[in-house]
Amino acid sequence: MQMSDTRVIKAPREVVWAAILNPEVLKACVPGCTELTGTPEEGFEATVVQKVGPVKATFKGTVTLSNMAEPEAVTLTGEGKGGAAGFAKGGADVRFAEVEDGTELSYEVDAKVGGKLAQLGSRIIDGFAKKMADQFFTNLQDAVEGPSDPDEAPEAEGEAAEEGKKKGWFKRMVSG
Amino acid sequence: MPKDHGIGAAQKRREDVRFLTGAGQYTDDINVYGQTYCHFLRSDVAHGKITSLDTSAAEAMPGVLRIFTGKDFEGIGGLPCGWQVTDKNGDPMKEPPHPVLAQGKVRHVGDPICAVIAETLDQARDAAEAIELEIEDLPAVVDMRAALETGSAKVHDDLEDNLCYDWQFGSDQAVVDKAFAEAAHVTTLELVNNRLVANPMEPRVAVAEYARAKDESTLYTTSQNPHVIRLLMGAFVLGIPEHKLRVVAPDVGGGFGTKIFHYAEEAFVTFAARQINRPVKWTSTRSEAFMSDAHGRDHVTKIELALDAENNFIGLRTDTLANMGAYLSTFSSSVPTWLHGTLMAGNYKTPAIQVNVKAVFTNTVPVDAYRGAGRPEATFQLERLVDKAARELGVDPIKLRRQNFIESFPYATPVAVEYDTGDYVATMDKLEEMIGIPGFAARRAESEAKGKLRGLGVNCYIEACGIAPSNLVGQLGARAGLYDAATVRVNATGSISVMVGAHSHGQGHETAFPQVVADMLGIDESMIDIVHGDTSKIPFGMGTYGSRSLAVCGSAMVRATEKIINKAKKIAAHLMEASEGDIELKDGMFTVAGTDKSVAWGDVTLAAYVPHNYPLTEIEPGLEETAFYDPANFTYPAGAYACEVEVDPETGKVTIERFAAADDFGNVVNPMIVEGQVHGGLAQGIGQALLENCVYDADGQLLSASYMDYAMPRAGDVPFYMVDHSCATPCTHNPLGVKGCGEAGAIGSPPAVVNAVLDALNHAGHDVAHIDMPVSPHRVWQAMQG
Repeated sequence: MQMSDTRVIKAPREVVWAAILNPEVLKACVPGCTELTGTPEEGFEATVVQKVGPVKATFKGTVTLSNMAEPEAVTLTGEGKGGAAGFAKGGADVRFAEVEDGTELSYEVDAKVGGKLAQLGSRIIDGFAKKMADQFFTNLQDAVEGPSDPDEAPEAEGEAAEEGKKKGWFKRMVSG
Repeated sequence: MPKDHGIGAAQKRREDVRFLTGAGQYTDDINVYGQTYCHFLRSDVAHGKITSLDTSAAEAMPGVLRIFTGKDFEGIGGLPCGWQVTDKNGDPMKEPPHPVLAQGKVRHVGDPICAVIAETLDQARDAAEAIELEIEDLPAVVDMRAALETGSAKVHDDLEDNLCYDWQFGSDQAVVDKAFAEAAHVTTLELVNNRLVANPMEPRVAVAEYARAKDESTLYTTSQNPHVIRLLMGAFVLGIPEHKLRVVAPDVGGGFGTKIFHYAEEAFVTFAARQINRPVKWTSTRSEAFMSDAHGRDHVTKIELALDAENNFIGLRTDTLANMGAYLSTFSSSVPTWLHGTLMAGNYKTPAIQVNVKAVFTNTVPVDAYRGAGRPEATFQLERLVDKAARELGVDPIKLRRQNFIESFPYATPVAVEYDTGDYVATMDKLEEMIGIPGFAARRAESEAKGKLRGLGVNCYIEACGIAPSNLVGQLGARAGLYDAATVRVNATGSISVMVGAHSHGQGHETAFPQVVADMLGIDESMIDIVHGDTSKIPFGMGTYGSRSLAVCGSAMVRATEKIINKAKKIAAHLMEASEGDIELKDGMFTVAGTDKSVAWGDVTLAAYVPHNYPLTEIEPGLEETAFYDPANFTYPAGAYACEVEVDPETGKVTIERFAAADDFGNVVNPMIVEGQVHGGLAQGIGQALLENCVYDADGQLLSASYMDYAMPRAGDVPFYMVDHSCATPCTHNPLGVKGCGEAGAIGSPPAVVNAVLDALNHAGHDVAHIDMPVSPHRVWQAMQG
């Protein structure tokens, strides 16, 4: 299965680049991710809980980064095993381009599923993967630039709330 | 008045009382004291090398008794193939090992790697998740054409390539070439016979127990042929002699061929029960069934028909790729060859026929016989081709068929078989009457008024049932005899148990077989019971498949009953102090011809077992006889089918409006059961034509592995059928004159459906030569868009 899309994030290219290499950001952005450890250089180990149609499973897997051309492009390759649910693996070529509003992220994803996921989910897997990718980049956008809709920032409280409505938490973090 | 007794009576099926009240005893209903549960860890990749396998953590999980891997089967036989096909070069087919548990490599999604045995099924499943397994992916071989290209990845490393055999059969090359050289017209068609999953309502189950003190194993399994399993598993896989191995196939909820074969799981539980000295049970889930039951069909064919200027068929040649899957299932090799090539003459007197079949290994589930097995593939090609020829030539498809019918019997085809009897004109006449050819134009107009397209499709079929005789099939490569056996045990009070080698898993033997014996003896059917499915009770028979039960096992039962009658007459003669030659048996009474002397059936049977007044010096006491019957030839059921469809031009959806089947099954014992068999076969054939399709992706992942993606026919997808079997030409070589009816519906219906759809489209001005099955709305709509 292949898909591609683009998305503009209102932040400088270096900020977006740093965000996507940060394990905390990745953990927050990968839908269903409960654990993520590691470094960009050595790769990450992740645990993701997801439900694909009738199959709910905990996927344990690895994500490695390659073809790193800071701050223009990176390739993410991952593989997750879900036990009886089967497996999912794939790669994403991500490019970062400077545009007027910030950074245009474009990605091409090639993903495969096997075992029960393929057997039960083939009809819904494309839609599911699209949703996962959309969710990931929406989460990234939120982390970097703040939620698009300020009312959807329940985690922000007190004084930080005002700030949070203007800035994403990652941007706050990197900008002090 | 219709008969209510004996041969020809439409008696209600006695077995339905238990099936319809939930009182059937299926393999999963069998639970043995101390039973453990087995769960198989299966490959979720199509092709790969097992690089590490560690079961230690899993073995320490609660309730786990033992985990078996391929290592436990080193040096133990793999699953055998029952038919050796010879390549056109004279070489035997390639026969790679088929391990019970994977030996270092996995070759299809679903290939069993480990088996976990635990106190409960949940514990076994949980432990399977804890097995540490690493598989290095290898390129998957999925497409048959790509599999045969040089440089393709190989399913079996030890083989030169993915070709199992290249088989050629029929007329001499020169004869066929000459026919095509002289042809006034040649029609060519390339088509796919779609891969199917049998989907019996009851999934496979196996329960094994081992009595260590007696060194005896018992296997309860969902099989169509328990003696075949006992022999194959005992002799070739596990090395257990027959007298130490009992195989029981109790009530079986549908087979359709897929329960003929010897499977890894039943061999495994039998093996494991001996190893751990506890009973072991395995019940397939529906998901497992999709990826471990042998699949059916999956042929890709190019077929060509040569016609002379008068539209006579003068030559036929075919090139078929047949998918074997990753391993050779028990009878897989015979399906595209001897069960397919021999049927390519169909109902026509084509003088020159050549059949070429390449069997190909791929990283998919093994493919084997499924209702019809080779014959539906032959029929579909031929009958689609004849229809295409008629359209190209602008002639009526029925007329073209009639013109080329075989009309005198016996008829020896160019593809080795000799049809003993048949009347194809009669079944076609009957069909035309049933479907109502003259009214079709009005029905079409009615559909068109509703904005629908209407088409009529017709086809003929011939099949070869009751595969035989043993000495011939042996020469063709069969590693088994194809006789059957029956023991008629008359009890002291006159009731009878008939132990038969045939196995009933939906065919109604328990009703139909007693009708035959009752008819011969003139006693009531209620006095007769059929015993089947248990190797410790029945004689060595070959089971039920290929529409053989009544023609082969029924004939053995007739022969055994004849022996009973002969002996009973001797006893009756003694009791009445008459000459044996003067004794007549009618309506359960023995009489002396020309006198008023008589003794009843029960008097004779009692005398046999309480032989006080008995000719002990001349005959033995008791009344029990066995007969083995090896047929002289196949039987050749044939018929003509017609289908009327409506196509919605907006969506491409096809609905079947009318369906008529005129079959010649020879003599019929129970017309209601025959009608039911035809209905079931038609539903499966319509399923193949419109709905069912087993799909793999390019990586060998099985995509259609649940009922969300594999479309089974439902009641709303099939019409009310018009079924007739009155055009009977009795089989000439078996005592009942019967031919077999189990597969006809599935063989004859797919081309009728597709021909009807193409008639609808072409009549509406769409120039569409062919649509592959399943003829889904998507495919029809695409074809209409050109």
